[in-house]
Amino acid sequence: MTAPQTVSELRDGVRSGAVSAVDLCRMSLDRIESVDGSLNAFNTVSADRAIDRAADIDSRHGDFASAPLAGVPIALKDNICTKGIRTTASSRILETFVPPYDATVVERLTAAGAVIVGKTNCDEFAMGSSNENSAFGPVKNPWAVDRIPGGSSGGSAVAVAAGMTPLSFGSETGGSIRQPAAMCGIVGLKPTYGRVSRYGLLAFGSSLDQIGPFGRSARDCAIALGVIAGLDKADATSASHEVDDYEAALTGDIRGLRIGVPSSLLATGVDPEISRALASSLDVLRARGATVVDIELPHAKYAISVYYMVATAEASSNLARYDGVRYGLRIVSDDLGSMYSKSREKGFGAEVKRRIMLGTYVLSAGYYEAYYLKAQQVRTLILRDYDDAFKTVDVVAMPTSPIAPFKIGEKTEDPLAMYLADVFTVSANLAGLPAISVPCGFTESQLPIGLQLTGRRFDERTLLRVADAYERDTEWWMQQPPIAR
Amino acid sequence: MPELSKDVVKAVAALANLELDPAEVDLFARQLGDVLTHAEELKQVDTTGVSPTAYGVAQKTVDRSDAVVPCLPVADALANAPERELLPRDGGFFKVPRVIG
Repeated sequence: MTAPQTVSELRDGVRSGAVSAVDLCRMSLDRIESVDGSLNAFNTVSADRAIDRAADIDSRHGDFASAPLAGVPIALKDNICTKGIRTTASSRILETFVPPYDATVVERLTAAGAVIVGKTNCDEFAMGSSNENSAFGPVKNPWAVDRIPGGSSGGSAVAVAAGMTPLSFGSETGGSIRQPAAMCGIVGLKPTYGRVSRYGLLAFGSSLDQIGPFGRSARDCAIALGVIAGLDKADATSASHEVDDYEAALTGDIRGLRIGVPSSLLATGVDPEISRALASSLDVLRARGATVVDIELPHAKYAISVYYMVATAEASSNLARYDGVRYGLRIVSDDLGSMYSKSREKGFGAEVKRRIMLGTYVLSAGYYEAYYLKAQQVRTLILRDYDDAFKTVDVVAMPTSPIAPFKIGEKTEDPLAMYLADVFTVSANLAGLPAISVPCGFTESQLPIGLQLTGRRFDERTLLRVADAYERDTEWWMQQPPIAR
Repeated sequence: MPELSKDVVKAVAALANLELDPAEVDLFARQLGDVLTHAEELKQVDTTGVSPTAYGVAQKTVDRSDAVVPCLPVADALANAPERELLPRDGGFFKVPRVIG
């Protein structure tokens, strides 16, 4: 098994002039051209713009001598604003929206030398776990094109898994980076809430949303996080903590590290093949000198209920801005009120409407205390469970998803069943904790499985160190689907 | 499981500025009922004296200096509007249907 070309190899080549950024960009565009017809990972490919940008980097590669992503082609989830490049959130209501400004992460990635090749398909407004809720059609899993790639950042995960870009970026509200990373066999990192600026990310659940990277390895994600992390005056919730040198944290040494496993939470509802993969990956970490201990997270089983009250409440408020006045679809009407409601009715898909309805309901008079306030109180208990656990362990290990990628269309009639599969990912968002998914095996039918590690707030270093140590003793992360070979 | 009543669904849709068709009203009555019934499990949790959490990471409110800084040019801000009117000297507005009789 050969390891994939790393982001640092690519950028070092561009920095020295040994590799041309235009060549890297063309390779990426060619791959998109040849495979994306069957995967549907991209909403927009900004080919001309990307080539111009790459040529500019080549013409003055000396200026990028210390740029951490010099000439590296990247893809961005289509809910991250890019000045001059259409940004749709995979919704009809924003089908023609061209942002007049760049998100802060886009500014930082550009300054770091990255080349944006396109915007990736996702669940509409990042609402979904299967990427079936897109106005532009579902994204296909490159390991089995009749199956979902996970969501909501499915297109970004597929871009990396199918070799279209070495690095991509998505967003999370309840697992939308980690779950598609697991289902596509790559690494996905959700940083601590506040670690990365949300300015220019189309808002879904403002107390939960966070942008993060997808890569083939923990090392690639470490480099990417170093670029996008840090305080931003334009986002009042961004944190002033110093940005660590994440790559330097990848020492391979996890001796004495304590890993907590919430066994009773994992006792039911997990696919046996996934349970076995988790057990084997814990053996790998033990063999490297880590200690695995049992922990209790007594309130984590309520995380789904809490999440779907809190996230939908925030969404109902955030999505009120789409009314056909300042941007997006307008259905012409004689009076203002029906212009709003007709534009929203026509512009939003079923899942978005469902969540706006649920959120409006739980915030409305008479239900607020019973649902929304109660959920926020249980959120406190979930957060305390993790804080207690982190007094005795350094990371918490779980499967990323309790189920393998299912067939497209299999669960569309039953939203609750789909929501329940988010059980292991949503608590990190509720508690603001960083978490990562790393490839840890395959089912018998060759579908990828992800190992999830959750860490202390602002301790992405430890997460990345454990993930990298795990990769040193395994080859799961090197596997590529046939379509990418 | 108990569905939401159609009247409640219609009332919520009106609050949310959504003009649902009858099929959607039926569908959401059932599906929202499913999710809310599941969420009833939260009633089992004793939250006496537990304060609610709005953000997982504590935030400090920071003041910025009260200084004039450049902002988006009006023409750029209006560029995505379905209907707009630009005025000659860097001004303009969004246009909507007549509001006052």
